[in-house]
Amino acid sequence: MDINLFLLQLVTGLALGSVFVLLALGLSLIFGMLTVVNFAHGAYFMVGASIGAYLYGLTGQFWLSVVIVPIAVGVMGLLTERFLVRPLYGRGIDYPLLLTFGLSYVLVECVRIVFGIDGLQMGTPASLRGAVNIGVGQFPLYRLFLIVATALIVVALWLVIEKTRFGLIIRAGARDPEIVRILGVDISKVWLIVFAIGTGIAGLSGILAAPIRAVNPEMGIPVLAESFVVTVIGGMGSLVGAVVAGLLVGVVYSLTSLYAPDYAEMSIFALMALVLLVRPQGLFGRAGLMS
Amino acid sequence: MKPFIALVTRHRVLAVIAFLLVFPLIMPYSALAVNVLIFGLFAVGLNVLFGYTGLLSFGHAAFLGVGGYLTGISMLSFGLPWWLALPIGVIASALVGLVMGWLAIRTRGIYFSMVTLALAQCVYFIFYKAERWTGGENGLRGIKVEPVQMGGLTFDLLNPLTKYYFILAFVALALWFVSRLLASPFGAVMETIRENEKRAAACGFDVARSKLLAFVLSAAICGLAGGLRALHLSIVPIDSLHYLTSGQAIMMCLLGGMGTFFGPFVGAAAFLLIEEGATNFTSHWQLVTGVVFIVFVLFFPKGIWGSLLERMKRS
Repeated sequence: MDINLFLLQLVTGLALGSVFVLLALGLSLIFGMLTVVNFAHGAYFMVGASIGAYLYGLTGQFWLSVVIVPIAVGVMGLLTERFLVRPLYGRGIDYPLLLTFGLSYVLVECVRIVFGIDGLQMGTPASLRGAVNIGVGQFPLYRLFLIVATALIVVALWLVIEKTRFGLIIRAGARDPEIVRILGVDISKVWLIVFAIGTGIAGLSGILAAPIRAVNPEMGIPVLAESFVVTVIGGMGSLVGAVVAGLLVGVVYSLTSLYAPDYAEMSIFALMALVLLVRPQGLFGRAGLMS
Repeated sequence: MKPFIALVTRHRVLAVIAFLLVFPLIMPYSALAVNVLIFGLFAVGLNVLFGYTGLLSFGHAAFLGVGGYLTGISMLSFGLPWWLALPIGVIASALVGLVMGWLAIRTRGIYFSMVTLALAQCVYFIFYKAERWTGGENGLRGIKVEPVQMGGLTFDLLNPLTKYYFILAFVALALWFVSRLLASPFGAVMETIRENEKRAAACGFDVARSKLLAFVLSAAICGLAGGLRALHLSIVPIDSLHYLTSGQAIMMCLLGGMGTFFGPFVGAAAFLLIEEGATNFTSHWQLVTGVVFIVFVLFFPKGIWGSLLERMKRS
């Protein structure tokens, strides 16, 4: 087998994994803080992609769409937390999960009503078209952009969580919300913002993935299962885990589709089963947020 | 009201069967009644795990699907009669349940839901890819159900009402089994695990093994529902393996009242009637189902039957 082909497929896997990283980051951030698994995460991804494709089609401005989409989806997350998830705190861990699952139905139908059932097309923005030589062969520029953009988002998130006062509150709140509240921090406001950031990132990953995936109301459905696989492998609540597992899953998927295309979809589940056998808490599980 | 409740609770299997016997008469058409029966049984299976053991599985579509596919494949590819194919489907579901449960019970809480969902998607892809046996994307088609001869009587399953009572016989059997299970010491262990897992372990119960057994039994019941569905529809759609189908069973459980004996049927009837009613007005019926479900999670977490029971007990 050609080594260059292998390496090229490896980089393709990293690009694919970048989307997984972003998805798992949002999921993990919300879980780490609120111990809520957002079953509507795939739906927010789809909403982000749909709004993004629509905006891009309307204005032709890719960068503007990339800014607007996470804000729009983040605001939806804000409303979700405030009016739907918040009444359920303290009522058992399953209820927010059930609620967000119901919400995903509603979001999918709303997108069908607003944007139609056939979905939208989103082309690659002009400035990111074409391919570049990365040493082992020609690689699509947009996929390279995905990797770089994800790296930037991860670094930005890390800086916020590790270096700012707000990040300090997030880290403390993930460990012991009671104490944080006693110290005079309005923790419910923090939860609200974290939920919005998490869903905003889901929306952002949606628009970033839109040019390489088919944008339709159902696109979030498999994505939810994939992002669960990534978070289970990486360890819930661990941001490092989300990054490592996201890239790992992307690479495994992409290499399996090179050597055994029939087993590509199953490979990531097999990987998850393996991790469950060896380390049920995930590769980076049980460690605190961002540690 | 109280003596009535007491009577119904004491003879819960008979009460449910009595209701189901007259149920087709109050439904708009028999095919819908058959659907309620099958999805009700599916939800009953899930309820054993979700309602009584407190484990929220998002992977039970795998058992409905495997039960259906294996029943269908046994008949189509191996020419087995239905009465042999159906148990094969149930056993296959139980075996898949054993593997999935064995992996999933290593995790708890929210993790458990995510892992069962992911494992079920894995089963989905396996059946999707095994096109030679399963028909892949198109589903398994052409399952022929000949008229059934039993004790000198002939049941023509093409007649919807006959089919309903034919399927009801199996549902009744399953309900009797579930009722015995819940009344058994093991049933008490299941509920103890739901209420307080640590205390159950401290009392000396093998929590992991009990969870696994509950998982497998629950899978077998869902497998029966799947096998019956294959006989009912003559096809097994690939969608029956998808996690959205698991979600439907969960919605039915919650709508009806999880952890109640009759709840799953009430939930299945409510869900399918909402779907039926909403499709008459709009193609976006999932919007209606989603909103109704959210309202129930927020305001009526005990479900229709659960809330009714509570109210009647109080009055």
